[in-house]
This record gives sequence, C-alpha cells and structure tokens, in this order.
Amino acid sequence: MLSVKIPMEGFFLRILGLILAGGKSDKLGALVSKRTSAAVPVFGKYRAIDFTLSNMVNAGINKVGVLTQYNPRSLMDHLGSGKEWDLDRKNGGLFLLQPYLSKHDEYWYRGTADAIYQNMTLLRRGEESHVLIGSGDHIYKIDFTRVFDFHISTRADITLLVKKMDSSYDLSQYGIVELSGTRIVSIEEKPQKPKSNIAFLGIYFLRKQLLMELLYSFVPSGEHDLLNIIISNLNKLNIQAFVFDGYWRNIKKGITEYLRINMDILNKQIRKELFYNYGKIYTKLKDFPPPKIGLNARVVNSVVSDGCIVNGKVENSVLFRGAVVKAGSTVRRSLIMQESTIEEGALVENAILDKEVIVRQQMKLVGENLPSVVEKRTVL
Amino acid sequence: MRKVIALILAGGHGRRLGVLTEKIAKPAVPFGGKYRLIDFTLSNCVNSGIYNIGVLTQYRPHILNNHIGIGKPWDLDRKKGGVTILPPFLGGMGGWYKGTADAVFQNMEFVDRFNPDFVVILSGDHVYAMDYNDMVDFHISNGAEATIACIEVSITEASRFGIIVSDPSSKIVEFQEKPSKPKSSLASLGIYVFNWKFLKEYLERDGKDKTSNHDFGHDVIPKMLKDGRNLYSYRFSGYWRDVGTIKSYWESNIELTKPVPPLNLYDANWRFYTQTEEMSPAYCDPNAVVISSIISEGCEISGGVENSVIFQGVKVGNGCVIRNSIVMTNSVIEDNSTIENAIIAENVFISKNVKIGVGENAPNQLDSNVYAGDITVVGMEAKIPQGTVVGKNCVIGIGVNESDFESLEIPSGSFVLHKE
Repeated sequence: MLSVKIPMEGFFLRILGLILAGGKSDKLGALVSKRTSAAVPVFGKYRAIDFTLSNMVNAGINKVGVLTQYNPRSLMDHLGSGKEWDLDRKNGGLFLLQPYLSKHDEYWYRGTADAIYQNMTLLRRGEESHVLIGSGDHIYKIDFTRVFDFHISTRADITLLVKKMDSSYDLSQYGIVELSGTRIVSIEEKPQKPKSNIAFLGIYFLRKQLLMELLYSFVPSGEHDLLNIIISNLNKLNIQAFVFDGYWRNIKKGITEYLRINMDILNKQIRKELFYNYGKIYTKLKDFPPPKIGLNARVVNSVVSDGCIVNGKVENSVLFRGAVVKAGSTVRRSLIMQESTIEEGALVENAILDKEVIVRQQMKLVGENLPSVVEKRTVL
Repeated sequence: MRKVIALILAGGHGRRLGVLTEKIAKPAVPFGGKYRLIDFTLSNCVNSGIYNIGVLTQYRPHILNNHIGIGKPWDLDRKKGGVTILPPFLGGMGGWYKGTADAVFQNMEFVDRFNPDFVVILSGDHVYAMDYNDMVDFHISNGAEATIACIEVSITEASRFGIIVSDPSSKIVEFQEKPSKPKSSLASLGIYVFNWKFLKEYLERDGKDKTSNHDFGHDVIPKMLKDGRNLYSYRFSGYWRDVGTIKSYWESNIELTKPVPPLNLYDANWRFYTQTEEMSPAYCDPNAVVISSIISEGCEISGGVENSVIFQGVKVGNGCVIRNSIVMTNSVIEDNSTIENAIIAENVFISKNVKIGVGENAPNQLDSNVYAGDITVVGMEAKIPQGTVVGKNCVIGIGVNESDFESLEIPSGSFVLHKE
C-alpha cells in the first residue's frame, strides 16, 4: 500500500461519491415496472436518490458517479445534468455510469463490486483520495463529515455505516455485524438467526487506492459483490463501524413498507430531521405554483405539494406535485402521485396512485390488506 | 430573424407600499406564495422567446440582485445573451438614473452591443401574463416606430395613468400623462416596443434637454407625437395588475384564492418561474382547517387559515385564525393568535394570543395615503409580544421588538416603529 500521510480531523479530503442505483426490485410491483427503485417518488416531490445525493453534496462532495442498470430512463430524466444539486460543473460534477459494450467484454453489471470495477476509469482519473459509496434506495439525512472524521481518527481502512435496528426492521433482510468496540469482527448477510441487531446500511467509506486494489484483486477471479470482498478481508484490514442513530429506511422492502415510509413525513420530528438538519434535500424543480386549497376542502394530517388543487377531503395522505382532488371526493391513507386526479365523489383509501392516474367520478378504490397500487396513466 | 432585446425597469422605490418596500426594491416584493413581482415580467420574456434581457436597478437592489442571480430559474444562464443587471455607474454619461428614459439612455452602449432591431421596455413590478411576440408582430405589421401596450380602465380611474388617445387604426394621436381631465379610458401599461434606431435618436435628444424629466410617459412619448412619428397603441385585454398600493397589492394576492382566479398560475404553456429556497411540501396537521387559501412549501399549519396567501416556511400554531391576510416567507405565528386583513412581511414573529386587525377603522397617523383600506401591515423581522392587540390600518415597522411597544394595545390607525 502507498504510504499516505494521514490527515488530522477536519482535514480537507477530496472525495468521490458513488451511488449504486441499478437495482431491480421485485417487491415494489407496478411502481418499478418502468423505473429503477432509486427513482421511486417519495414524500410529495422527491425521488429516493435525492437523499443520498443531497447528503453527499451537503458534505462538500462535488464529483458523484451514479451507477445505473435497470430501466434508468426515469432516473436519468430526474438527474439531468445535476443542476439542482449544483453538480453541473467543470470540475467534478455528475457522471451517469451505465453498463456498456466494449472491445473485450460485454457484461451487465454482475454485482456492486463489478459495477465499480467496470468503471475503473472514473477511479483512476481525478485527484480524489477517498471514495464514499452509497445506495440510491435509502432515505436518511446524515452529516457525512462526521463519518470522514471518524474514519480518520480511528485510522480505519474501511468505515461501514451501521445502525442498531429496532423491531420495525426485519433483521433477516440485512447484513448483520458484530462489533468489538467500534471494529467490525463479523458480517453475516441476511442471517436466519441474527447474532445482533446491528445492521450494515450499505454505505462504505475508504481510500480510493484501497478500493482499486481490492477490486483488481477480487473481481477478475469472480467475486462480484463488494460486501463479500470486505468480509473476506475482515481480519486483514481495520474495518470500523460508524453507528448512525438517525432515521434510515430502505425504499424497496415492499409496498406496505413503502407506504409506511411515505407516511413518516407526517411526523414532525422526522420531517425536521430529513429536510431541515445538516442542509437541504434537493430535487428536480417543476415550477408549479403553490398549492391551492378550496372553499369546501378539508385537509387533515396530510402533506400537500406545489401545483395541487384540493377541493375534497384529504386525511393522513401525501399529495405529490400537481395532484388534483376534486369536490366531494375523499382521500384517506394514500399516496397520490404527480398530476393524478381524483374526480368528484370518488373515494380512495389505502392506495398508491402512480403518476397521471385518473380516478373517475363516484369510483371507489379501497386497498384491503395490502395497499392498492395503480400503475402510471391508468384511468379507473 | 428579428432581434429583440428587453429592458426591465426595476429601479423604482414603490413608496406607496410603505414598509414593504422600505428595504427592498418594488420588483423584489414577494407575491402569490412563492414569487417576487419581477418573476412575472422575466417569465413573460422567456416564454416569449426573448433571452436578451437587461434589468435596470437602482433603489435597494441587493435582494433583487440575489434573486435574479445568473438567471438560472428562467433558463437565462446562457452563453449568448441571458440576463444582465444594469446598475447606475460612473464615467462617460453615467450617474444616478434621473428617470425611466435616462436609465435606458445611460445603457445605450449595452443595447448597441446586441445591435437589436427592436427594444421592448418593461416594468419589473407588474403582475400579468403577456406574449410580447404578439405585440412585436403588431408593431411590425403597422410599420410603427413605437408601440405602447394599453388596457381599458374606468374613466374615473383614468387620471392615475398615462392616457392614450388613438384613432380607429390604433394610431396614437395624443398621450396624456396622469391627466386631470382624461380624454379616453385607454391606459398605458408602461410596456413599449421601439425600433432601436428610432428610440436612440430620441434618447440622445432627451439626454441633452435640460428641461426634461427624462421620463418615457412624461417627456419622450409626447415629443415623438409632437414630431408626428408613427406611434401605435396595442390593446391588451388579459389579466394585468399594477400592485402599486397596499390595497391593490393585498387585493391581487387574495384574488388568487378564488375558485377560478383571474390569473392562471397553472397554465403549463405559460409557467412563471422563480428562485425559491428548497423546502419540503406543506403540512396540515390534524387540527388544521384550511379553506380558500394558498399555502406553500415548508408551511406547518395547525390552526385555521381562510382566504389567505401563506408563503414558504410559515408556521401557524394551534388555535390560530388567519383570515383575509398575506403571511410572507418564514414568519411564525404562535398559538391562539388571530390575524385579519393584514399583510405580515418576511421573518416576522408573532407570539401567543396576539390579535391583529380588530376594532373600528381609523385613518393611519403615520401616512394615511399609504396605509389605507383597513389593512394592517407588519414589516419584516418584527417581533410582536404575547397578548398584543393591534387594530386596523396600523403599521408595525421593520425590526420592531418587544421594547418598542409602549403598550400592548395598538389602536386602529396608529403605528409602532423600531427605535434605533
């Protein structure tokens, strides 16, 4: 390894951000039939990827690569040139990294490590000393500079973000870590019997040189998963756990969970944590006017986004930008996505309406056990 | 391909908006929940395909400059053209802008660099949606040297405006600036299209004229008419508001809360763009009662809001009633306060159990010409202590705090100003 002078706490680091956003999700049904899970709409005006991307930008990272594979059109449209995140730059900026054909190989990304390996050029070029790897599916707000300081002060080779999970998380769905102090001694992927309640959050921080070495050593011999590479080096490297204690959710754990996550914005503490601590969450602007609430409207415990026109009843729901709820209609415990319309006298309950859905007059749409999911541009 | 450049006059003080324009230029005054007045003119320009824009500033330009920036929200961050802020300068013919015509006269070099065929002169403080292309087409098809947009007003109001008398072919025969006896009810909107060479000639003459006030309506237009030049009037029949007074400003905001407001902010083919702070969508809690209102991103509403325009990031506490009022960005209204017929500027803090807009109407003692029409105005960053009762037609000045209140009873028509 190179002998790099270890900078002290608060030292200026040049960091490359990488966001894994290629995943196919089977658990979000119609919501991901035409978009990757990182581009799933959340909280009235955002997409899942906005959180990781904004966290990175807020921590001073100005070069971010987004690795895409599964149906990236919606994601690409959303990110554009990176303008909203101040990533439309001459130095650094936003890089969309898709699988590609080349002279020697023609592979889809076969795993997280392989995806980064295939884009080695981005790592080789540039002045960055460190790499922060996150996922586009996670909803959280973090001050990443604390992670950088932790990494330096613990003299870690690799820092992984972990969280003590409560009973609202299904531990068998996560990588479960065992700690000795702050050092990680074991990682078990999706165990049947978890040894602890500390789960890995899919966020890695390490020196670029080390990442390149690991990829060059393991990917050509057939190991395509970054976490597996790290697991096989647990004894050789100082792998530290940064315990994150804020709000953190994975968007692609299922429809019911997706609806519940969206409802979390109705909680004042979570709203404050996600949107007003450590900088803002940025998203693509739409230039809608502010929402208008009519004479006979009743909006209770709900979020209303720009461009909405509400004349009906809305309870415990999230209205996305440009949603229209007409007079005499009722929306309960539902997500009404961009430019969907609930016409006069209709009832929508326990449902997720994708973009540009029309629920016609007097229609009743009630989700029973699972929320009803209505695909984009459906007319009911 | 015709070359058009727009110049937006944005240096005005807007004295009749009182404390609302004490610290900011009138074009930067907030409007309609998330906009500032200049957004409408800037958006009209880009929607009309005009991407060469100069904004002439003079009075208190900081917030305005910051708002416009490099013009990103309007897609005016361009390699060629885009938006240029034109403040007064020294050297050559520079100096403070002495009037609307002088402001353009001083920036002739800027316009000349584009070598345009036509110059569109606009005001930065009107609210309207207008396709300037239609007006330029009209200008060209009449072979006009200047075209003035105008709107029909009632004859009783006419003496507030520049009045145009035109013949049946729309050719202007007379222009009366704020006449006591108006000869027609066609009022100038302060929107002009000029052939640049023609305008330049008159600006140079006006610049040399020591007796001139250097104003378009007062001096330049009458001179052109006197010389028998080809001036035409372009009739505009859409929505147009000059929000020049407290009353008209309040009315045109509250108008937006009507079931079908006269100004359509939702037209997907004619969007209004603005620069705003990034905030999460508005939230109404289980106790909120919001009807006939506009609420904006970042709002947290717990109380009642009726017929009101609430800007970004406003907090309305439990048990509050906000009625027929405008509350601007990031103001906080604590529990059980009642606000009626009021304009609350940005970053105001209103403590618990405050009442604003109660009692009988009385003329304002600070300036009855400015503060009229039953509306109480609270200046930006004011703090109103718990239990204060404020009447109608009152003024609470910018930055007022608890120690500025001699009594918690502020009767109708009185005022509280910050003591330095």
